Amino acid sequence: MRHLLSTADLGHDEAVLILDTARELAQIGERSVKKLPTLRGRTVVNLFYEDSTRTRTSFELAAKRLSADVINFSAKGSSVAKGESLKDTALTLQAMGADGVVVRHGASGAAHRLAGWVDGSVVNAGDGTHEHPTQALLDAYTMRERTGRLAGLRVAIVGDVLHSRVARSNVLLLHTLGAEVTLVAPPTLVPVSVGTWPCQVSYDLDEVLPKSDVVMMLRVQAERMNEAFFPTAREYSRRYGLDRDRFALMGEDAIVMHPGPMVRGMEISAEVADSPRATVTRQVANGVSVRMAVLYLLLGGSEPAIGQR
Amino acid sequence: MSDENESGGTEYLIRGARPLGGEPADILVRAGEIAAVGPRAAAEAGAPARTVQADGMIALPGLVDLHTHLREPGREDAETVASGCRSAAMGGFTAVHAMANTDPVADTAGVVEQVWRLGRDSGHCDVRPVGAVTRGLAGERLAELGAMADSVARVRVFSDDGMCVSDPLLMRRALEYVKAFDGVVAQHAQDPRLTQGAQMNEGEVSDRLGLAGWPAVAEEAVIARDCLLAEHVGSRLHVCHVSTKGSVEIIRWAKQRGCDVTAEVTPHHLLLTDDLVEGYDPIYKVNPPLRTAADVHALREGLADGTIDCVATDHAPHPIEAKETEWANAAMGMLGLETALSVVQHTMVDTGLLDWAAVADRMSAAPARIGRLTGHGRPLAAGEPANIALYDASAERVVDPAAMESKSTNSPYRGMRLPGRVTGTFLRGVPTVLDGKIQ
Ligand SMILES: [Zn+2]
Repeated sequence: MRHLLSTADLGHDEAVLILDTARELAQIGERSVKKLPTLRGRTVVNLFYEDSTRTRTSFELAAKRLSADVINFSAKGSSVAKGESLKDTALTLQAMGADGVVVRHGASGAAHRLAGWVDGSVVNAGDGTHEHPTQALLDAYTMRERTGRLAGLRVAIVGDVLHSRVARSNVLLLHTLGAEVTLVAPPTLVPVSVGTWPCQVSYDLDEVLPKSDVVMMLRVQAERMNEAFFPTAREYSRRYGLDRDRFALMGEDAIVMHPGPMVRGMEISAEVADSPRATVTRQVANGVSVRMAVLYLLLGGSEPAIGQR
Repeated sequence: MSDENESGGTEYLIRGARPLGGEPADILVRAGEIAAVGPRAAAEAGAPARTVQADGMIALPGLVDLHTHLREPGREDAETVASGCRSAAMGGFTAVHAMANTDPVADTAGVVEQVWRLGRDSGHCDVRPVGAVTRGLAGERLAELGAMADSVARVRVFSDDGMCVSDPLLMRRALEYVKAFDGVVAQHAQDPRLTQGAQMNEGEVSDRLGLAGWPAVAEEAVIARDCLLAEHVGSRLHVCHVSTKGSVEIIRWAKQRGCDVTAEVTPHHLLLTDDLVEGYDPIYKVNPPLRTAADVHALREGLADGTIDCVATDHAPHPIEAKETEWANAAMGMLGLETALSVVQHTMVDTGLLDWAAVADRMSAAPARIGRLTGHGRPLAAGEPANIALYDASAERVVDPAAMESKSTNSPYRGMRLPGRVTGTFLRGVPTVLDGKIQ
């Protein structure tokens, strides 16, 4: 594995290796000294064209716990904001000797383009409406942690699938790991060729909830109603929002996930978001471990990360 | 290149070429015309006639392109009329239409005359400016179509290409109005609402790549509407760069009804498919977008059975920085002039769908007829203007955009092995290309 651009590039064993590595690394987070020397001398650049403190911080923490040097290259206020092209930025990073580039960009495929221009490993931290592989990995990690399995797990992904990089990455990864995914959304918010995806599709959330072990709620932007994807935010919530009544339809052990940031009241009600069966904060914690695993496996540290005490 | 007087005096005896792929026959070129074809050619050649050895080459009437973007005025960094004309000559073309989406837009007699003069001065290819249908391509008010028709540029093809004349009433009026001077409206069929933010063909690949989809229906619905409008008002309609199976079916249906519609297909839509977008390389970003294999198949069939009348390149040069970027920010368009004949050979001739006589029709006679060009698209016969392309169909080449005459290098065929090579082009008896080299 040279880059992590799409979960489609991960085979079953590779994906499991990342999850297992993340579990080992998670133990470090529980020690008093949280650092490993594994990536000492390596440089990881966080290249963020979109504001996402959550994801950037998670990657930063992951890299630092592995002792890598971290450079935050935010688009705002830099040469990027002054119109420097992605290619020129790539050449700059190349000259700086970046071993790994973590990129978040508003354009689908930006990580792919970057991978063609730099020698270092590229980690896609979200590209447009394409993919967000580490989010899917941390989601899978959280599901396995909470339910003890992935094979045969019934996962409903609810919301704006069409514009969701989280949904794309999750569908591919969960399928690879043997889970059964059902997408739930109004027909306007699923891609036209969704029938070719390795998952089921339903327009009826109430019908899917009792049959799901995991319900993942996607963020829905209220502005989508201006493009006629749905009539009003209120109607969207009524049909596809996870409120207390719907929560009651779920199985007793079923969990609720959300990649954040949440729109409380739109796709998820406050009492559901705060329920002990919601994994939102756990997902954040697991994000650091999973990103450590990805950086470790990609950048191939000089010292073993696992099993060191 | 030699000046007109001198060359007008030079005779050329083209030996051994196969007119329209038939039996070898010598061709004598004199004073801008074809003086003789066959056994009499050598006999009639004067002593100073220069011999062009063309054994086994296919001789075609000089190719005619209904659709190029020569970028001048405004984007001379990407192409000029002069460089575009050299590029055209290298592709075997003797006449090209230059689209109106320049800066300023070719929506007045002044701009079309400027482009026409630049073409005349280049000497490598005749340039027929296309006039904008609406002022500034804004789709709101008609441009002065009559003034452009009456200018020295004698505009007959009108198009807002790059933009669709989407207002049905405006389209109706334009179709009607140009009848006064036997003009034709060439429609870039793209419903703007259905393609807001669209990045590539809508389907499995766009859904997987997370790129906003460009549905086939956005093209097909406009074509269907325009065919019905043209039929209603008894006008000629030309459809630019047909790219979908459904479009071919609609045009076939319209022709059967008696609608006076013609259509073009680009070489790239005859060969390339949307799965090439997988790597997000914007060299494959084009408008209309690359479609699916089923569409490519239907386009080839449509061109073979005459539903699609001609091949037009939609040659669209862009500077490197317009393509070396993330997909969504990249410009749309590809080079086409210097690879068109090779792609047509590869997709249509080598597959048995067209013979060379039919290629001459689709790439010369038909586009000349649609554009109302006199002196182009004529038979290779004594007394006709000596506009000739010589083509070595047995050659093979690896496409190298850096070696092209175009100022830009955005060819989607870079590194691809393609058959055939243009070895000679004559524009009214003057060689613009000889031995495969620009003159
Ligand atoms: Zn066009």
